[in-house]
Amino acid sequence: MNAPSLLSIRNVAKSFGKNSVLRNISLEIAEGEFLTILGESGSGKTTLLRIIAGFESATSGEIWMGGERLDPLPPYRRRVNTVFQQYALFPHLSVADNVGYGLKVANLSRTEISTRVEQALAMVKMTARANAKPSQISGGQQQRVALARALVNRPRLLLLDEPLSALDANLRRQMQVELKSLQREVGITFVFVTHDQEEAMVMSDRIALLRMGELEQVASPREIYNRPATAYTAQFIGHTNLLQAQVQDGVARCQSLAWKVSLPDGPALFSLRPENVRFASGDGVRIRGTVQQQAFHGATDLLRIDCGEGLVLSMRAASRENWTGKVELQFQPEDAIPVRASQERT
Amino acid sequence: MSGGVKAHSRWLPWHALAVFAFLYLPIVTLIVYSFNGEGVGGFPPRHLTLQWYRILFADDAIWAAVFNSLQVALAAMVISLALGIPAALALDRANFPGKGLFRRLVLLPLILPGIITGLSLLMLFREANLKLSLATIILGHGTALISVATTEIFAGLQKLDRAQEEASLDLGATYWQTFWNITIPNLKLPIIGAALLIFTLSMDEIAVSFFLIGRDNTLPLEIWGRLRRGITPEINAISTIIFVFSLIAIVVWYRLRMRAQGKAEIAAELLETN
Repeated sequence: MNAPSLLSIRNVAKSFGKNSVLRNISLEIAEGEFLTILGESGSGKTTLLRIIAGFESATSGEIWMGGERLDPLPPYRRRVNTVFQQYALFPHLSVADNVGYGLKVANLSRTEISTRVEQALAMVKMTARANAKPSQISGGQQQRVALARALVNRPRLLLLDEPLSALDANLRRQMQVELKSLQREVGITFVFVTHDQEEAMVMSDRIALLRMGELEQVASPREIYNRPATAYTAQFIGHTNLLQAQVQDGVARCQSLAWKVSLPDGPALFSLRPENVRFASGDGVRIRGTVQQQAFHGATDLLRIDCGEGLVLSMRAASRENWTGKVELQFQPEDAIPVRASQERT
Repeated sequence: MSGGVKAHSRWLPWHALAVFAFLYLPIVTLIVYSFNGEGVGGFPPRHLTLQWYRILFADDAIWAAVFNSLQVALAAMVISLALGIPAALALDRANFPGKGLFRRLVLLPLILPGIITGLSLLMLFREANLKLSLATIILGHGTALISVATTEIFAGLQKLDRAQEEASLDLGATYWQTFWNITIPNLKLPIIGAALLIFTLSMDEIAVSFFLIGRDNTLPLEIWGRLRRGITPEINAISTIIFVFSLIAIVVWYRLRMRAQGKAEIAAELLETN
């Protein structure tokens, strides 16, 4: 990222009583970036978001925004706005009054409020329902209103707490695309929290993968997929084969597989994506096996190949009615990515 | 089995009727005899008349008592809400040492017999050299009913979506602005409910008032005083009027809830509490 850093999270930790929820989080978020905090439930992602918004205070560490220390400020003094998971629209106010709320408490003139509310509603295509109450509009529409209510204040940073999780699959895909293009349009930095790795891949400039309160890897979707740093990352984002190998004299061995590496001697762990395992033709590391299981994935099938000695490899193959029998497989040594073992934490 | 169910269901309507009669026959009697030309005696009632109402409307002492009671009830309502709302907020939001004790102490007057509350307030006022008057009754009702306000508002707060308050803070409103713009409007129903309940409870309170009464009578004490000299039909008439006003209050309250919640939710809530 070449753009200047907008938000700087420095050694943030949070515990509730004896329960440590976040540990040693350091993260730089660039101006105009779409960053996704990805993690399973209980990974601490929502807590991190709430610390940035100011609803929780960190046990230790600092947060800076644009050269100003953010974490001692109350939520209403931060130029940060949030789109809540269940939207949290005010039920007693109309759609327009919901959107205008932030401007009203900021004491802007009535004419300015109404023009900006109009613009914001037009941006999310909700002008026609300006006078409706939140209970009278659909979930997707509430989502748009929540977005307009946050963006109308022109925050420097927009936080989104799993805002799409309440929508059904089709609408969710549509909103993913809309959110992304909206973010490009307004140029505001988005920090998006989700547990859905596919959503994270589609929308983000960068993904920060959180696991049990610690950052596992921070990288672009492509890099995190192609060069996962840890076994957990490789498994959480997409499918993978984890190969437990022994390295000796520049050769990694795993059961009957052997390939050249430039690693020191000792045990090593490799991630091999199923799409990089192919039917044998030409150069590569080869192995024979029997088709054990086939799962239909649309354009491709995911096959599980039993290669003997307890080694089972997943591979992607062109979709076909019935894969059976003995096959010979191969992969390129550079596609086996060395990863760090993810230590168990309690 | 189905035969047995049928045999039961034949008696069920009669049973229901008997329960309703047990509940409402006294009230019906009261209302009917307030229009009875023969006064409180004589069955069946004869000579329908509005005479007792005419006498009632000319009775200055009764109206003075009604006016006193209204004053007391309104003032007690303001006092108990002003103290009950912050107490409920503290119970819902704040964590402080001795919170459990605080909760029990706030709710104590709810189960304390009125005689105890009245007597202890009387002794306190005497020690403080306060002359008994309507003001002492107001203080008495106000303290006794704080617990009602606290429980009602606390129940409302528990149902409140906290994310809305966070959204308000997030959008730049201070804690104080959030309280007035978001918390209070969302608590509108519990507050109105508590207010109506406190008003009604104060209007017919006797035990506490009895100890704290000065020169001015409240309505229940005025009625009680007259009953010692025998039942008069004007009493029936004033009771009928009070009944009608209570009915109106209940209908208003129900309508408000209907508008805010919708029928289905109220039905669900009723089933839940039963």
